[in-house]
Amino acid sequence: MSVLVDKSTRLLVQGITGQAGAFHTRQCREYGTQVVAGVTPGKAGEKLDGIPIFDTVAEAVAATSANTTMIYVPAPFAADAILEAAEAGVSLILAITEGIPVRDMIEVKNYLKMTRTVLIGPNCPGIITPGQCKIGIMPGYIHKPGRVGLISRSGTLTYEAVHQLSRLGIGQSTCIGIGGDPVHGLSFVDALRLFNEDPDTDAIVLIGEIGGSGEEMAAEYIGAEIDKPVVGFVGGQTAPPGKRMGHAGAIISGGSGKAADKILALEKAGVHVAMSPATIGDTMARALKEWVASAR
Amino acid sequence: MKIHEYQAKTLLRAFQLPVPRGDSAVTVEEASKVAASLPGPVWVVKAQIHAGGRGKGGGVKIARSTDEVRKHAGAILGMQLVTPQTGPSGKAVKRLLVEEGANIASEMYLAVTLDRTVSQLVVMASAAGGMDIEEVAAHSPEKLFKEWVHPSIHLRDFQSRRLARRLGLPGTALRQFTEITRDLLRLYEECDCTLAEINPLVLTKEGSLVALDAKLDFDDNALFRHPKFQELRDPNEEDPAETQARKFDLSYISLDGNIGCMVNGAGLAMATMDIIKLAGGSPANFLDVGGGATEDKVREAFKIILGDPKVRAILVNIFGGIMKCDIIAAGVVAAARELQLKVPLVVRLEGTNVEQGKKLLAESGLRIITVAGMQEAAQKVVEATEGAGSR
Repeated sequence: MSVLVDKSTRLLVQGITGQAGAFHTRQCREYGTQVVAGVTPGKAGEKLDGIPIFDTVAEAVAATSANTTMIYVPAPFAADAILEAAEAGVSLILAITEGIPVRDMIEVKNYLKMTRTVLIGPNCPGIITPGQCKIGIMPGYIHKPGRVGLISRSGTLTYEAVHQLSRLGIGQSTCIGIGGDPVHGLSFVDALRLFNEDPDTDAIVLIGEIGGSGEEMAAEYIGAEIDKPVVGFVGGQTAPPGKRMGHAGAIISGGSGKAADKILALEKAGVHVAMSPATIGDTMARALKEWVASAR
Repeated sequence: MKIHEYQAKTLLRAFQLPVPRGDSAVTVEEASKVAASLPGPVWVVKAQIHAGGRGKGGGVKIARSTDEVRKHAGAILGMQLVTPQTGPSGKAVKRLLVEEGANIASEMYLAVTLDRTVSQLVVMASAAGGMDIEEVAAHSPEKLFKEWVHPSIHLRDFQSRRLARRLGLPGTALRQFTEITRDLLRLYEECDCTLAEINPLVLTKEGSLVALDAKLDFDDNALFRHPKFQELRDPNEEDPAETQARKFDLSYISLDGNIGCMVNGAGLAMATMDIIKLAGGSPANFLDVGGGATEDKVREAFKIILGDPKVRAILVNIFGGIMKCDIIAAGVVAAARELQLKVPLVVRLEGTNVEQGKKLLAESGLRIITVAGMQEAAQKVVEATEGAGSR
């Protein structure tokens, strides 16, 4: 009933002894995630609430069979941490760190193409399969287990959308934050494919924003491959061109990356686009009703 | 981070790229001295502001004598230069670049940037140099040639030669064009640029290539690797509010409207601007207080918002996940008291400890309009603006 992570996920945390790393490790464990190891170079042998700490990812994986990692390593060292995890054979990497230089991410992304490792992020809130596994910085309690998948470039706007869904009684299969950087791992299309193939996901929410062409590529894929209802929202309809709106990737440059173009592409692909961020939940409720009616 | 043309050209020179001889000047005297150090018979006087289209606004002048250099320098220095990129109020010119003129045979465009669709660098060239390249890309994309920088083989000389051929460069310029492309890419990578652009790159009547204008933008996330670049910042070119916000790790951008916004998270902040517009209002700013906002940060955010005289009302929209609503509420109350807030304040809190947060706001005795959802928040703040009149 999920994609990428579930009850069986064995989590490792890189940068576990930092303030944010330690705090969120505890939050994830409280939610029910199996946190099996931590890595902080130079701190092997220590423990965080009983979680064993290792000097290297390879040692942590060998000792604990961790298969997923959550990275809180500071930006200047984050690319190295991602590559170390991939090299050690970790199958899923959640890079929470914000502020990694683009040049580093180009190298990382191209290296990962030669491996089987999936990277989510960086500059992302993480991933959650409600009721089973939370990896990242999102507040667990707003989520509700269910059958709607959610993909987003944003953090708090995702919480807003999840909150709306849960209040309407619409639960989520898995929620994935793909991050706000121009060069990132998992794309909208990758995530859409996972949800499309997941028998326990009935519908999908896609939350995009200005900058790049990920939403246009998503629209193309949705139009060609997806029959499940998709609800979309694109943030930054009022953003001025040439200005980076908080996220490194949220910038309209050279006349491309505008919200209006993305909305148009999504609508053409049959996506139910919510024009207001306050109506994402309602739009999904309506789309699900229509879908149930048409299936009869 | 943006820098001036004269600074970009200094960097280009350090990477062996051909640029005209010249130097920057902040007075007519200095401009005259720079001109005297160059052979002539043609000089160019260029306004140094962070905006394109300077020629169209009268910020670039050709001089045929050192007297003419003085005349142009006097006219341009201190002028309020309006270009298609500055907005109607323009920008004050405080510095000039004086350099030797070139004997132009043809003008081209050459740039390195990131192609986000493939996560690779791309070298772009066009024979439509000197023009607005965005126009070229939008209306005649067939005139914009691209070569991608491969992750393992990088950019090869044959790719540069292919570009040169498409540009119609003579065989005698092939070797120099290849070197220029290689050096520009090296500069881009070593300096962590997000854009390295030469527009125009000119072929002179003597047959050599020269970068007549250059633009470099740096990746803000990589500035820690280049501490010296901080010296290239020109505070005159930056919005003082944005500079102040950066000091407190707040992400702030000034906009034209009259509703000040304070939001946690960039996506929610953009969505808040959008919903204000949908409700018939207009946001005065984008402001993301970030995930770890403290009472201090909230206070600074309020100061920055209120520093904008256009602001008639403030909307605080917080989805406290990990961040606790009571802490935000305490920050809001402290800031409103300290700054003796006069404009209407609408607060929407949701998430962890929301009840404690609302209680703090209610018990503060301040006139704070608390709302439950984003829709109501937008409506209330727009109504408040309409009733507020001028400050």
